[in-house]
Amino acid sequence: MSRLRAQVAAEIDVVRRNGEQLLLTLGIPLMMLVFLSTVDLLPTGTEEPIDFLAPSVLALAVMSTSMVSLGIATGFERSYHVLKRLGATPLGRPRLVAAKMITVTLIELAQFAVLVPVAYLLGWSPSSPAWPAAVVAVLLGTAAFAGIGLVFAGRLRGEVNLAALNGLYLALLLAGGIVVPFAELPRPLRAVAHVLPSGALADVLRDSLGLVGTRPGASWLVLAAWALAAPVVAARTFRWD
Amino acid sequence: MAAVEVNGLTVRYGDVLAVDDVSFTADAGKVTAVLGPNGAGKTSTIEVCEGFRSSAAGEVRVLDLDPANEQRALSTRMGVMLQQGGVYPSARVGATARHYCALYNRGVDAHELVDRVGLGARRGATWRRLSGGEQQRLSLALALAARPEVAFLDEPTSGVDVNGRSTIREIVRGLAADGCAVVLATHELDEAERVADRVVIFDRGRIVADGTLAELRRGHDEIRFRSAPRLDLAALAAAIGMIAAQVGPDEYVVDAPPHPKLLSALTAWLAEQGHPLVDLRAGEQRLEDVFRRLTAERDAPRERRAR
Repeated sequence: MSRLRAQVAAEIDVVRRNGEQLLLTLGIPLMMLVFLSTVDLLPTGTEEPIDFLAPSVLALAVMSTSMVSLGIATGFERSYHVLKRLGATPLGRPRLVAAKMITVTLIELAQFAVLVPVAYLLGWSPSSPAWPAAVVAVLLGTAAFAGIGLVFAGRLRGEVNLAALNGLYLALLLAGGIVVPFAELPRPLRAVAHVLPSGALADVLRDSLGLVGTRPGASWLVLAAWALAAPVVAARTFRWD
Repeated sequence: MAAVEVNGLTVRYGDVLAVDDVSFTADAGKVTAVLGPNGAGKTSTIEVCEGFRSSAAGEVRVLDLDPANEQRALSTRMGVMLQQGGVYPSARVGATARHYCALYNRGVDAHELVDRVGLGARRGATWRRLSGGEQQRLSLALALAARPEVAFLDEPTSGVDVNGRSTIREIVRGLAADGCAVVLATHELDEAERVADRVVIFDRGRIVADGTLAELRRGHDEIRFRSAPRLDLAALAAAIGMIAAQVGPDEYVVDAPPHPKLLSALTAWLAEQGHPLVDLRAGEQRLEDVFRRLTAERDAPRERRAR
């Protein structure tokens, strides 16, 4: 237990000491939430933009922490031989993976503790929100995105991995069904966005938190499939040094 | 049974044979230096012992465990210092020491550990702000956090200044004095000479010599001196009754024990001829000379073939 705790503390220290990580996990989602809800820029299709934006930005927060933040940090740990060095301690791989999952969950809790109250302050009033369903969606989304982040981190070298994950983040943010509604995407892109984990997570979160999803049943299936497949691929392809 | 037993180890990278049928042992309470030029197979050998790398052939036992399959069991008793890196650049010295002390959970106090490697004033510094030598000392501290029975240190003094080196040497000697089997890879002869009880010399994937320093030097007495270029070697041989060989532009070796009569004949002849005596060394070869001789012996047949 003490080894796991020590590893979690070290993981959190890395996140805390890297300002760009904080910008990514909290700064960008918060800015999007505030900016896009006060400046009516997006064709959200809802009467109040915040009703669309609040669940969408929660999906973005999950993606930024579990895919980008985790993936970049782990990629650099591989490049700097940190994972190799830890491999020669009694920590063990299962506990290392557990520590990373706990850390991601803690960061997400912190993100939600900021984003949800801010959304309410901005006038968000979801009708009959299904929070338990939202929590399940977040857990599935976390597994899916963490898997994707680790597929990149397990193969690409530090800087290349950093660029690739940031690029993917931007692409999924804009065209992956998160902040731009499916209906506004060009038709071929819309079909792709529906089977992406970003679109699926955003869709089920919007469906659970006050809106009617575009096609929630299919999105749950897509999300569950990614949550299963991505970690399996990561575990099979990951190189520790 | 020795703490580290390597028997017939072979490591391949694709078609490249990095380590070729290597055997040696390392004992508890001793510092064993694995010495050789870069690319000689030292790191590959050590990484097999640490459990990071698998071998193509041969058997390796560390503390009577198989490192490849029992790395976890070994890890609680083994100190490791990688050739480079191992710490996240933004991690601080004090926090990193606490982290590893907690991971090993062997009752090592992180605060004392940082003091012990001379980084007490750098506790709050991040890894990326440390000098090369300070990084090496922190890496060494992380190996000590295991309170190890066996320690593998890969180039612990590379990039370290003079003061840092003596700190590292003291710690390495202290580890051995506490009964740890220390295996230290280095390409620096000087370092091996100062710190090791025993030296295993690697060259191109093979072991060319293995023994205590005294054993390696024994039987290779010589007189080595520097004087004017192009001495008349025939006249010199007539004067001292031994053949001298020119080994450098102005450097000569007489393959003989340092007998006073021989030395006086040599210096008398130089004086008669009006030649200078720039440098004179007589007796046991230094490790550097042993190393040069051994690697030259391996090269000689190849060159002959090439011609």
